[in-house]
Amino acid sequence: MKTTPVPCLERAGLDGWMVRLFDRIEESNLLWLTALADDCEATFGDVLIDLVPSYTTLLVVFDPFRMTPCEARQQLIDILARLTPGQTGADGKLHELPTWYDQRTGPDLQRVADLSGLSIESVIEAHSSRHYRVFALGFAPGFAFMGLLDEALTCPRLDTPRQKVPAGSVAIAGRQTAAYPVVTPGGWNLIGRTTARLFDRNREGFSLLRVGDRVSFVPVDQAAFEAQGGDITPANRESGQ
Amino acid sequence: MSERNLSGFRVSRAGPLALLQDAGRFGVRHLGVTQGGPADLHAWAWANRLAGNAWGSGVLEITVGGLELIAERDLTIALTGADLGIKYNGQAAPRWRTLAITIGDTLTFGSPVNGLRAYLAVAGGFRGDTVLGSAACVVREQLGGFDGQGNSLREGDTLTVNRAEHLPAEQAAPESEQPDYRQTAVLDLLPGAQIAAFTGRSLFDAFNAEWQVDQRADRMGVRLSGPRLQCTIGSLVSEGISLGAVQVPPDGQPIALLNDRQTIGGYPRLGNLTPLAASRLAQCMPGQTVRFRAAGIDSALRRHRQFVQDHK
Repeated sequence: MKTTPVPCLERAGLDGWMVRLFDRIEESNLLWLTALADDCEATFGDVLIDLVPSYTTLLVVFDPFRMTPCEARQQLIDILARLTPGQTGADGKLHELPTWYDQRTGPDLQRVADLSGLSIESVIEAHSSRHYRVFALGFAPGFAFMGLLDEALTCPRLDTPRQKVPAGSVAIAGRQTAAYPVVTPGGWNLIGRTTARLFDRNREGFSLLRVGDRVSFVPVDQAAFEAQGGDITPANRESGQ
Repeated sequence: MSERNLSGFRVSRAGPLALLQDAGRFGVRHLGVTQGGPADLHAWAWANRLAGNAWGSGVLEITVGGLELIAERDLTIALTGADLGIKYNGQAAPRWRTLAITIGDTLTFGSPVNGLRAYLAVAGGFRGDTVLGSAACVVREQLGGFDGQGNSLREGDTLTVNRAEHLPAEQAAPESEQPDYRQTAVLDLLPGAQIAAFTGRSLFDAFNAEWQVDQRADRMGVRLSGPRLQCTIGSLVSEGISLGAVQVPPDGQPIALLNDRQTIGGYPRLGNLTPLAASRLAQCMPGQTVRFRAAGIDSALRRHRQFVQDHK
């Protein structure tokens, strides 16, 4: 179902406006949100400090020495008045992330299988057979929230987060999936590991994934995973560790 | 020694948290990278001003204390912010003024007497490793600082400085600009976001109650405890969070989000503290009392612009 935005603007401090376009998560939101972000970049130019897109909103942060909130608001109203969504399919770079799904790298595969009533093989099949959209980045540099997951795989976060989730871990929670760019604590269900470098401070653009991009997880075996530099050190089986 | 690696200080004893901070990291929040920068913009800006530096120069932010530094050359410095029982060669160190020190001199940060975070600027500025456009040190993200890896200062570290192009005239901040951080802080809050979704009673409480700073307070955010605030919205779809946002999780106890906050979050918010109010809160010790005051955008913007212009 296509939704048309009913925008509203909410004050976000001295130097920001929150542009709220939708009230629930739909993949089609991204076509509007990326179009809005593009127009803001072009219109605000170097007065723009930061843009933070997320599932239903765009936070616009501007230079409060060169523009008042009132002026910024008027610009946003003008942008919203002429806003049209981007074209379906034409947007969003596709990334294929080589992923070794295994109980050593994905210690929660069995839990997900148990919760879904599927075999481990079917869980892997269900996870790797879709293209996901990046809805938002946050939590850590380069951490992309992607969806939507096959409804059958929906599972809650761990009751107790792991203290250390290995870098590259591919994980699911709710109807979302993600890959951890660096070692962090984390409460999502680990089902595999990718060799993709998700965040690299020396790369142009730094983050592999951007909001609006499409992602597919491509199963590889251990040999291919290792050949591509993958770290096979097992993740902690128990949460809270 | 090359111009690029002028050693200003050596760390002879590390404290719990001492970080290099420039103005912060901007233009990268859409990648999930936070802002960083000084938790107390006011004291940080004064430190640079007294050291004769341009806005945005790298300054040390010393939280709680415990740090000891030995000067590796003659330097002009300024100490501002919290009184952490700072000693200069064993004597109480002059704060909020320009100070010339000599090779071999020691600066020792004790423990909090008034406020939580002290700032040390050096003429020319500390020189960090610029990562994603900034040397601001964010431990959680492993970005910035002297080595670029987001590390707090460690024993034996060498702190590099830029050569000062000119030495600043000796000056001091007026008394009125040297806050007594022990006083009840009145924090200007710009209403916004989901403020309309809070109950009338909760709005009354938010702006009339006294709030205690919780133990759970760091550069990401400061939890406050007081009357339970009720919002008709429990949680939101995650969205971008700007500096000073005051979010209210389902337990009804507000959290003011500071420089190292996560870039998106999903709790309803009352609005945003002004940058100077967020600065003031960052100096409060656990148990201290703060109040919120609803601020108008025009006067808040005027005050903020004036403050920054005065320090450029």
